[in-house]
Amino acid sequence: MGGMERPKLDDFTWRVGGPQGGGIETAATLFAQALARGGWWVSARREYHSNIMGRHSYLDVRAARRPTRAFFERVDLLAALDAETLVRHLDEVKPGGVLVYDPGAARTPLSKLAMLDGAAYGRISAALGGGDPPVEKALARYRDAGVRPVPLALTPLAREAAGAVGADALTARKTLNTVAVAASLALLGYPLEFLDATLAAQFAAKPGVAELNRKVAAEVYRRVEPLEDGKLEPIGTPGGRVYLNGSHASAMGKVAAGLGFMSYYPITPATDEPFYLEAHPEAGVLVVQVEDELAAVNMAIGASMAGARAALTTSGPGFALMAEALGFAGITETPLVVSLYQRGGPSTGLPTRTEQGDLRFALGAGHGDYPRAVLASASVEDAFTDAALAMNLAARFQLPVVHLMDKYLASTTRVVEPFDIDSVEPDPGVVAEAPEGVFPRFSLAAEGGVSPFAPVGTPGVGYWITSDEHDEVGHITEDPELREAMMEKRAAKLAALREWLGPGAMYRVQNPEAGTLVLGWGSTEGVALEAMEGLDLGYVQVRFLLPFPDLETLLEGRRLVVLEYNQSGQFARLLAQETGRRPDHLIVKYNGRPMTIEEVRAAFEAVLNGEAGAHTVLRAGV
Amino acid sequence: MELKLADYKSDLAPDWCPGCGDYGILSALQTALFKLGIEPSNAVMVSGIGCSAKTVHYAATYGVHTLHGRPLPVAQGVKLANPELTVVAMAGDGDGMGIGAGHFVGAGRRNPDLLYLIFNNEVYGMTKGQASPTLELGAQPKSLARPNLQSKVNPLMLAFAAGFTFIARGYAYDVKNLARLIQQGIEHKGLAMIDVLQPCPTYNNLHTREWFAPRVYDVGAEGHDPRVPREMSDAERAERMARFTALAIEWGERIPTGVFWQAELPSFEERLGAFLPGYPETAPATRRAGGEAERARALMRGLRVAE
Repeated sequence: MGGMERPKLDDFTWRVGGPQGGGIETAATLFAQALARGGWWVSARREYHSNIMGRHSYLDVRAARRPTRAFFERVDLLAALDAETLVRHLDEVKPGGVLVYDPGAARTPLSKLAMLDGAAYGRISAALGGGDPPVEKALARYRDAGVRPVPLALTPLAREAAGAVGADALTARKTLNTVAVAASLALLGYPLEFLDATLAAQFAAKPGVAELNRKVAAEVYRRVEPLEDGKLEPIGTPGGRVYLNGSHASAMGKVAAGLGFMSYYPITPATDEPFYLEAHPEAGVLVVQVEDELAAVNMAIGASMAGARAALTTSGPGFALMAEALGFAGITETPLVVSLYQRGGPSTGLPTRTEQGDLRFALGAGHGDYPRAVLASASVEDAFTDAALAMNLAARFQLPVVHLMDKYLASTTRVVEPFDIDSVEPDPGVVAEAPEGVFPRFSLAAEGGVSPFAPVGTPGVGYWITSDEHDEVGHITEDPELREAMMEKRAAKLAALREWLGPGAMYRVQNPEAGTLVLGWGSTEGVALEAMEGLDLGYVQVRFLLPFPDLETLLEGRRLVVLEYNQSGQFARLLAQETGRRPDHLIVKYNGRPMTIEEVRAAFEAVLNGEAGAHTVLRAGV
Repeated sequence: MELKLADYKSDLAPDWCPGCGDYGILSALQTALFKLGIEPSNAVMVSGIGCSAKTVHYAATYGVHTLHGRPLPVAQGVKLANPELTVVAMAGDGDGMGIGAGHFVGAGRRNPDLLYLIFNNEVYGMTKGQASPTLELGAQPKSLARPNLQSKVNPLMLAFAAGFTFIARGYAYDVKNLARLIQQGIEHKGLAMIDVLQPCPTYNNLHTREWFAPRVYDVGAEGHDPRVPREMSDAERAERMARFTALAIEWGERIPTGVFWQAELPSFEERLGAFLPGYPETAPATRRAGGEAERARALMRGLRVAE
């Protein structure tokens, strides 16, 4: 790969594409783990259709000598497990990069690719000169761009390799993922022992399967010659590092803060978190799958009233159904955490694609006024910290907390150092001391609006809880003065929460001296920081959207750029509302695909060169 | 200290209409809790929205007055988090059979150990008498501008289809028998439902106290045995189902009350216990604090790159 733009093999991206359900996810996990075992910092992102079998899906695995949180548009090696992958990713391999493909499919006309939808067909056909071109025309295009196509018939290779170790044709097919990974790693000259150890660990529960895959991998290494410049080497040892995604991290943060109850209704991409906890009873979380999101949120509220630490995960459509109950938690001062995994909206929208389109909704969901906190995670590290913080804020201030996540964070898996679990101290909240008899659960004599808590079921105590406005013991009231006092008591919690957090927890800044500041929230931070390396830009990650940090002084006299994943610039509007500052440049993306380092870099350079307009739309991605 | 019936009464005076069936249900509920000797602070009453929902404020137990249609999910959350509590959920017919019907089915499938009371007066009282899901097709109480255009749902049949393991009907003005039914429903291990016929003197001028009085009868007094033990043969079970159905649809000159069906099936708490180490002793609301870091670390260990 002599023609690569960056220093060779310091930073390398492997893309594997194929039909959904064909096991490319396993392939990516094997590739990523094999590199992680060799000390590489690995990140893997997953793009897939809302489909079980057959539609185009792909994963990028990036390995670098330092931790990374974003991805390039163009990769170093594309392993195309089917013809559709070959034509879908035209122009996405770097000059000098490698394309591994099955030569058997070369003569297939574009129109025979059954899962290629009309819009993509038209675009690809035009790019290849019109008509119904055969797939091999794409090869010429790759070659013209300086990409080296390496024909490798993976299915026959699997048959041969598996056959050599005594497996039949059917069994051979099941090793195709291992074959694809082994072939890629062999081409790159990466030592077999790391893949071997990965296979042994991956299939530890099935010794026969492990044995077969390890033998097949060794056979493939025997048959595939490394490329001349294939010198991918291990760079160290993984030590205690973990390989996880945002769903894992968010679950772990909640558990560290004492999570005991989670109810859920299945929805993409939010269900991975409860599903993971369900599979791990050692986490000590009572997980209940229920009939709908109305049940999910109200059941969690009930558990919380009884004294359990309760949380939910959902996505936009499910959160919409929870809006009424969010206000119920608000007026009854019940601790509740909702991790809202945003995906492309509105309505069903783009169920498996990323977006930050639910910010305004998270801030305003529910009728009437009540305090809530809204915070957004930027990374798996944040997901752990923020999920724990959200649990503690909910417990301490007895209110609903919305923890914003997104599909990108949910399905991007990274190698990271293990989280500092001891840094999380489960907050006991403000607990009533020796309560007795009829108890003023909603006492107005509360400091910072927080009345001492005694859970429903505390022996020797009694009180009421109602979704109506109420008095101190929880009976319904319509008294005008009591109403005002209760509204004011609840509202006071937001100021107390802001003070408790302190300004440092609400946002973080890189290069604050720069004349131009980029502002972002949620998962844009990773790509923004990498794209701005070496540019005269500062970056502000707004972690709390409600309460909103005090940014006026920081922003004074600077040119402002807002970067976010939605069409209307929801954060830009919030910024204007909270600070009176409108961004000079708004950079948005709403095609459901993650922002690439290249496109964000280009947009930043345009801002600095004075070429950018007020509004830029990023459009990269397949 | 010995408990008295008065210990179950809160200081608040009910603001229901004079003659409302809700008075009878409240009284039966308090009597049942008293007779069972349940500490008021060990009992949690969970209601929805509407006239029926105010019941929880008049009992000196814990009372949770939730959202329209949502008492069952909240009640299940309380119960699963702290299984030591006695939890009674209650809802009007609109609440339970209309806006909350999805939860009725969901709860039936789980069989949590709690009691659900339906206050069935065939109208939405609090919003001035609209037709509820239990009002008969073509019926026109005085509050309706035209006859009801929708057929009624039968709470007993729906409960059966959903898998409730204790299905009964009570009558609000027969406090003595209703208290006995509530007692049985609380003692039943699993999800119990009592459809309580509750005349609304203000909006339902069709099914009044005078209309019900000569019609209601007690199935127990006529020898009906509702028990369906686990080991029953298929033929016997089918025979019980046929008898249940006959009772559940009987309506007109004679209206049956009492326990129609009582089956044995593991409760949701028991089902959870098979998978959650130590549950219900380790229930999330009652377990001892501590161990959080250890639990999080166990998750982290499973995600290590190398052993």
